[in-house]
Amino acid sequence: MAKFKGAIVVDTEKCKGCGLCVVSCPTAVIELARGVNGKGYHYAHMANPDACIGCSSCGLVCPDTVITVYRAKAS
Amino acid sequence: MTATTEINNIISEENLVYKKTDVLLDNEMHYCPGCTHGVIHKVIAEVIEEMDIQDKTIGVSPVGCSVLAYNYLDIDWQQAAHGRAPALATATSRLMPDKYVFTYQGDGDLASIGCAEIMHACNRGENIVVVFVNNAIYGMTGGQMAPTTLEGQVTATSPYGRDCATTGFPMKMSEMVSLLPGTRFVTRQSAETAGAVRKLKKAIRKGFENTREKKGLSFIEIVGTCSSGWKLSPTQSNEWMKENMFPYYPLGTLKDE
Amino acid sequence: MGDVRLMKGNEVIAEAAIRCGCDGYFGYPITPQSEIMETLMIRKPEDETGMVVLQAESEVAAINMVYGGASCGKKVMTSSSSPGISLKAEGITYLAGAELPALIVNIVRGGPGLGTIQPAQSDYFQAVKGGGHGDYKLIVLAPASVQEMNDFVDLGFELSFKYLNPAMILSDGVIGQMMEKVELSDYKPRWTDEEIEKISGSWATNGKKAGGERNISTSLDLDSAKQEVFNHKLQAKYRAMEENDVRFEKIACDDADYLFVAYGSSARICQKSVELAREKGIKVGLLRPITLFPYPTKQIQEMLGQVKGILSVEMSAGQMVEDVRLAVEGKVPVEHFGRYGGIIPTPEEVVEALEEKILGK
Ligand SMILES: Cc1ncc(C[n+]2csc(CCOP(=O)(O)OP(=O)(O)O)c2C)c(N)n1
Ligand code: SF4
Ligand code: SF4
Ligand code: SF4
Ligand SMILES: [Mg+2]
Repeated sequence: MAKFKGAIVVDTEKCKGCGLCVVSCPTAVIELARGVNGKGYHYAHMANPDACIGCSSCGLVCPDTVITVYRAKAS
Repeated sequence: MTATTEINNIISEENLVYKKTDVLLDNEMHYCPGCTHGVIHKVIAEVIEEMDIQDKTIGVSPVGCSVLAYNYLDIDWQQAAHGRAPALATATSRLMPDKYVFTYQGDGDLASIGCAEIMHACNRGENIVVVFVNNAIYGMTGGQMAPTTLEGQVTATSPYGRDCATTGFPMKMSEMVSLLPGTRFVTRQSAETAGAVRKLKKAIRKGFENTREKKGLSFIEIVGTCSSGWKLSPTQSNEWMKENMFPYYPLGTLKDE
Repeated sequence: MGDVRLMKGNEVIAEAAIRCGCDGYFGYPITPQSEIMETLMIRKPEDETGMVVLQAESEVAAINMVYGGASCGKKVMTSSSSPGISLKAEGITYLAGAELPALIVNIVRGGPGLGTIQPAQSDYFQAVKGGGHGDYKLIVLAPASVQEMNDFVDLGFELSFKYLNPAMILSDGVIGQMMEKVELSDYKPRWTDEEIEKISGSWATNGKKAGGERNISTSLDLDSAKQEVFNHKLQAKYRAMEENDVRFEKIACDDADYLFVAYGSSARICQKSVELAREKGIKVGLLRPITLFPYPTKQIQEMLGQVKGILSVEMSAGQMVEDVRLAVEGKVPVEHFGRYGGIIPTPEEVVEALEEKILGK
């Protein structure tokens, strides 16, 4: 069991669907959505939220800084 | 507890570990998806916030894709003619020695048309930070060959691959400027992984700290991608960069005095 | 009387810069104006007033340093001679496009190309009609004495800050190298940060004030509609200069039947020619434009009821004569007389040209 539980919030309308967060995630939390946002991009979302450890990797590499990361001690 | 309620519990102010700095404005960046410029802008903004120097920092933007950098960082900016940012920064830093002055330049801007300006600013040891974004191509004008374009690399003006016999060789700017006594800190970084971004942030912070200590010129090269110019997806671009750029432009600090 | 000395025109530019509270000079050596930077280096104003003096790696760098310094709300200047001004054209149009004040001194030499190091007035078009790209104008001041070399440094800064537009002193090696008596200006202290805030706080890029608006110094607007509005604003500014800041001098014009129009060193020669011609019974006057932009068009037009012909005298193949003709609109004959390539005409030659080209008609 991971010591931390994390969660991310993606500003999906500002996401450009570049996928860099997807490959940066150590626990394969993120996927690009099938649907598109207002700009036509397949936005990022937490496909596997339970796996998130709140490491911030996705936030750090996101060129458009549209990811906010939260982390709490695992209960 | 269902998964959704658990997530909602985690998403609360006290658990916040990463968010956009306020030094970065809300304006949507005009960069292509995955463009390294965005990551670098963010890192500079975070350093400015952490050092609490928003009111004392003046950025000088280049001509290149990052010409509009002033739309994204909430500080005073000067927009320079192509290649001339180091000249603007020279005067700005000399006339306002207590300010933090940085240039932000692409490889066409810095290594080609602005080669004289950067060399002499480095040689004079101006008390500035130079952020040099090497994506081995002219992004803004549609992907033409840059002085940093790799041998064999296909661009709009080297459609059969760069032929070094006729177009010269990819220029290693960090190595060149590190030979000049005027430079204090010369480093080559990247921004494709969280670890790389953290290291880059340390380097940029060190650059601004050097300014504070009046140490002279800090030159921070970032090997980055231009997926539009390279005609690859953002993730493929990172792979191509690691495979082709890193061997020729090795990461690491060349000089720290 | 203040501080009266015998000095070279170029040295006076340097002295006047220090005394008017200039914050920075950025230059690159070129004959016949290198004494400006040399004098500054000897004077070491950094110790005295805090003025920064820097020898740049090129004229391109120097003018872009001026752009950087001007962006900070500082009084900054550069100087050069013709080939160097061609290189500065890039920075000059950026200054105009970003609405920045700055002073550029051009001690003109004969061209084209590397040309000669001897004096000429062949950069009139470059100074007055543009020189760089885009619809912009410089405020252009043409001194005709070492005294005016002194006075126009301060005036140039004053006008450039009034209009937020670069100003140029267009002179040549005759006045730059000439020794003459000059009354130097009194010292004015450099502006303090508080003064800069008051004068230029709305645009100077000297650090975003907490809670205040930030400033951006740029000439870029990708939105054509906004770019057109901006161009209208520039044009309105140029019309205001024409309305309020035309400067000229009239010599022996009251009873004149004929008129010389000449600026700078040519005007000095023409002053002698006026005397020589009048000894011969030819009643000729001299109108000397002091501002080449804004041009004394109206003042020339006011002479048209009175004079029967005009000779534009320039050390060029005929550049300012086009502006004289535009003012005159064909109402009286307008001819040009000039020597070029570094040759200075004699007052006698000018009188002969008047007789031949104007009276002969
Ligand atoms: C004097 C001048 N020459 C050419 C251009 C056209 N131009 C604009 S950006 C650019 C190249 C930019 O490439 P780089 O500096 O590598 O920046 P990137 O877009 O790759 O970030 C060129 C040639 C210009 N604006 N001004
Ligand atoms: S890195 Fe940012 S912009 Fe790219 S897909 Fe992820 S959230 Fe979207
Ligand atoms: S915070 Fe870490 S674990 Fe969670 S989604 Fe982002 S990269 Fe993956
Ligand atoms: S063209 Fe290249 S450098 Fe420019 S925004 Fe797109 S990816 Fe970035
Ligand atoms: Mg580039």
